[in-house]
Amino acid sequence: MELAKMLRRGDVSAREITQSVFKKIDEREKSINAFITTTREIAFKQADLADAKFRQGGDIPLLTGIPVAVKDLLCTKGIKTTCGSRILEDFVPTYNATAYQNILDAGAVLVGKTNMDEFGMGSSTENSIAGPTRNPHDLERVAGGSSGGSAAAVSSGESILALGTDTGGSIRQPSAFCGVTGIKPTYGRVSRYGLVAYASSLDQIGAIGKTVADCAMMLNVISGHDKLDTTSANVKTPDFLKALTQGIDGVRIGIPEEFFTEGLDPQIKEKVLDAVHLLEKNGAFVVPINLPHSPYAISAYYLIATAEASSNLARFDGVKYGFRNAGDITDCMEMYLKTRTKGFGMEVKRRIMLGTYVLSAGYYDAYYLKAQKARKLIKGDFDEAFKKVDCIMTPVTPCLPFALGEKMTDPLQMYLVDIYTVSLNLAGLPGMSLPCSKINDLPVGLQIVGKPFDEEMILRVGAAYERLAAAGR
Amino acid sequence: MEYDAVICFETHVELKTETKLFCNCRVAYDIPPNTEICPVCTGQPGALPVLNKKAVEYAISAGVALDCTINRRSRFARKNYFYPDLPKGYQISQYELPFCENGYLEITGDDGKPYPVGIKRIHLEEDAGKLVHSSDSFDDADYSLVDYNRSSIPLLEIVGDHERNPLRSVQEARAYLEKLRQILRYIGVSDCKMEKGQLRCDVNLSLRPKGTIEFSNRTEVKNMSSFRFMMEALEYEMKRQAEILDSGGTIEQETLHFDEIKRITRPMRSKEDAPDYRYFPDPDLLEVNLEDEFITDIKSALPELPHQRVKRIMDEYAIPRDDALILTKERAVSDYFTACASHCEDPRKLSHWIIKELFKLLKEASSAIAECPIEPKNCAELVNLVSRGKVTPGIGREILEEMFKSGEEPEAIIHKKGLKPIQNEDQLEAFLDDVMNENPKVVSQIKEGNLKPIDFLVGQVMRKTRGKADPKSVIKLIHRKLEVP
Repeated sequence: MELAKMLRRGDVSAREITQSVFKKIDEREKSINAFITTTREIAFKQADLADAKFRQGGDIPLLTGIPVAVKDLLCTKGIKTTCGSRILEDFVPTYNATAYQNILDAGAVLVGKTNMDEFGMGSSTENSIAGPTRNPHDLERVAGGSSGGSAAAVSSGESILALGTDTGGSIRQPSAFCGVTGIKPTYGRVSRYGLVAYASSLDQIGAIGKTVADCAMMLNVISGHDKLDTTSANVKTPDFLKALTQGIDGVRIGIPEEFFTEGLDPQIKEKVLDAVHLLEKNGAFVVPINLPHSPYAISAYYLIATAEASSNLARFDGVKYGFRNAGDITDCMEMYLKTRTKGFGMEVKRRIMLGTYVLSAGYYDAYYLKAQKARKLIKGDFDEAFKKVDCIMTPVTPCLPFALGEKMTDPLQMYLVDIYTVSLNLAGLPGMSLPCSKINDLPVGLQIVGKPFDEEMILRVGAAYERLAAAGR
Repeated sequence: MEYDAVICFETHVELKTETKLFCNCRVAYDIPPNTEICPVCTGQPGALPVLNKKAVEYAISAGVALDCTINRRSRFARKNYFYPDLPKGYQISQYELPFCENGYLEITGDDGKPYPVGIKRIHLEEDAGKLVHSSDSFDDADYSLVDYNRSSIPLLEIVGDHERNPLRSVQEARAYLEKLRQILRYIGVSDCKMEKGQLRCDVNLSLRPKGTIEFSNRTEVKNMSSFRFMMEALEYEMKRQAEILDSGGTIEQETLHFDEIKRITRPMRSKEDAPDYRYFPDPDLLEVNLEDEFITDIKSALPELPHQRVKRIMDEYAIPRDDALILTKERAVSDYFTACASHCEDPRKLSHWIIKELFKLLKEASSAIAECPIEPKNCAELVNLVSRGKVTPGIGREILEEMFKSGEEPEAIIHKKGLKPIQNEDQLEAFLDDVMNENPKVVSQIKEGNLKPIDFLVGQVMRKTRGKADPKSVIKLIHRKLEVP
């Protein structure tokens, strides 16, 4: 956001910004590994185009000339889109995802495609064909996931902004781990067209930046109904930047009891509650609330997400595109088997198998339908709570960024990292993660949850918190 | 032992919408492979389906025409299975909440009585692509190619109900399919050309001892590509099942394939191998909520159905039922008939002329009524001329042939070819005198009271006049001249 202003004043050129970003990439990418593909040539071309526009003057979109990194789960025409998977290692899409097209139209500069857990399945960006992304704050620790590359790139200065996707916390959790700000909008706010589906009813594209204003600026560009995605909502996109200055006088903040109980690192609890108190001291009301069905969120999530994933990933069969095990086969079935066995990583295969089981005859009612019922109840909890409050505040993660490899052998522990984020996806609600201080030099995230299509409230409260925290009040 | 057959169809019909079910690619046939494809219908990563409203409209039309209950709330589901012609690894279909349920289709049963055959459900789904193998079968092929032009063309699946008036014989099965095809063509949702794969059917068959009501195990014969093969497969399968039951065996519940060369059914897979399609609601598509207005609009726009048209043609034009059935078999023919009838003084004669004479010409030219160059008005005019006695039927046929070739008006042809009938009695008498002089024996036979050879004389006069004489006038004249009653 600052850069957008500087560009307009002529203090800096888009080329200079792009140069600084690629300088950071040259310095730090080797150790951080935030990108699967960098697009240096494209970036400078786009930067020069942006500078030409600034020279011409006139009404120029705010995003013009700003470097953006795009998660490798979004299709980019003519640019490799791997989804972090061997099965799409050399896949080059023939079309652009709508969200990516929108930022292109707004004049953004593409830095590259960021690293991620394969198909978005993971919480640490360790499940990638490109190897793990490391946390810029501590290279021995994970960046979080699955949009770990996007969060790490913004955190390290390898990009200014980034697009991520969030199915169970994949924007908010890495944002928290990397000390940046990330927003997952309401389900339906941003078109999913061109987002390679992990779990269609939960996936949502969102923005990562250094500040709340960064997120608002990006959200202005990527939001809106898309005829190519019938699940994208036909609602008006407000000017999200306008929400930032509205203050928090009289805003009612809900604190769900269930999100501050056992399993949460007490130091994180303290920092999050400090943030809440800071807002309370400055004019907000704090209201204790209950979300009684939240203990079922993780289970419901892993049943629904894996069920959808098992079907969504069926198209990767070696027939049309991507990796194919062509030799050493006698028939088509064997080609499928070998292609998918070799093409997918462990975690993806685990989730495909889980999901296949969940949808199988005889188990559908017990698992899938039951999970859908739990999902309704979880959403009902939020609806109830939002009768009393304007937004809800919770931690983003129960723990600080963990060491590389620490949870790789225990998937269940890994799944639990998403405990505070998944219920928003199940309920379709918008949520933002923003940094609230540090513990042992490691960032802590604060999650603000809003009503459906009320991202403005989240941004408003988030911006107020930023101001207050910066002022040290 | 004697058995009753229980026969049920699952019919797939390709809808003739302009674009595919979930993308903007055209529905087209006979085009080069993979020329009407896009990210959506080839299952590219990240592509999403967008429902074609026209296809929904067509599905509802079919539901209304087949007396179904239309579900106000409907939804799409994914049917998951792997096959190279299925680009997404699942087919978007419907499972719970199809668009239409509980309808029926009335046929004439083998007993000659009207028989309403139950229809369980009608749902909308997408077609798969087409595989082209380097040899006759997938298993023996060195390689196979996929053409996705057909992928995601809207398919209507019409499922029979084995509990509500199932079909009972091969003849009824044929009547059902013919009627179904006729109705779908009438309402304009599909051309139902079997040779183009626009109508495909699977058939379920079981036998039960005559007069009993319990169902026994059934077999399903997949994907028969013509009426003939369907009938042959059913006949074969009925015989096969009866033989097994007669010898005390049980029918294996299995899916069969009809071998079109050997003319036998062969197992594809047994019940144990039946795939688990793992249906679940497609999260990429919203539930479809149909407004009452949408449905009433479709109902009021629905064209006249075959049985309604049969009745109207019988009532309005006094056409016998059998002829009305022939005239309404295809909508285009009945449209042509009614267009002619509004200009015609004798609709019954018109119907004969269309069925006998025009059909013959169409058949010889192997052309369809839609391509017929004869304007309905002119066709009617010709029949009028015949019924007024202005031209003889024989000349009429000649004129019709000429009209079929040139598309000209009948009067113009009569004028051009000099086909005016001989109205002048003196002229006619001269011809008759010639004939009588040439056949004195016949004349004396008639004079003696044997009236049969009169026809012969008439024929001779017709020949001499090259059909321009009116036979009735000739007969009258013979009677008068030979003074026979």
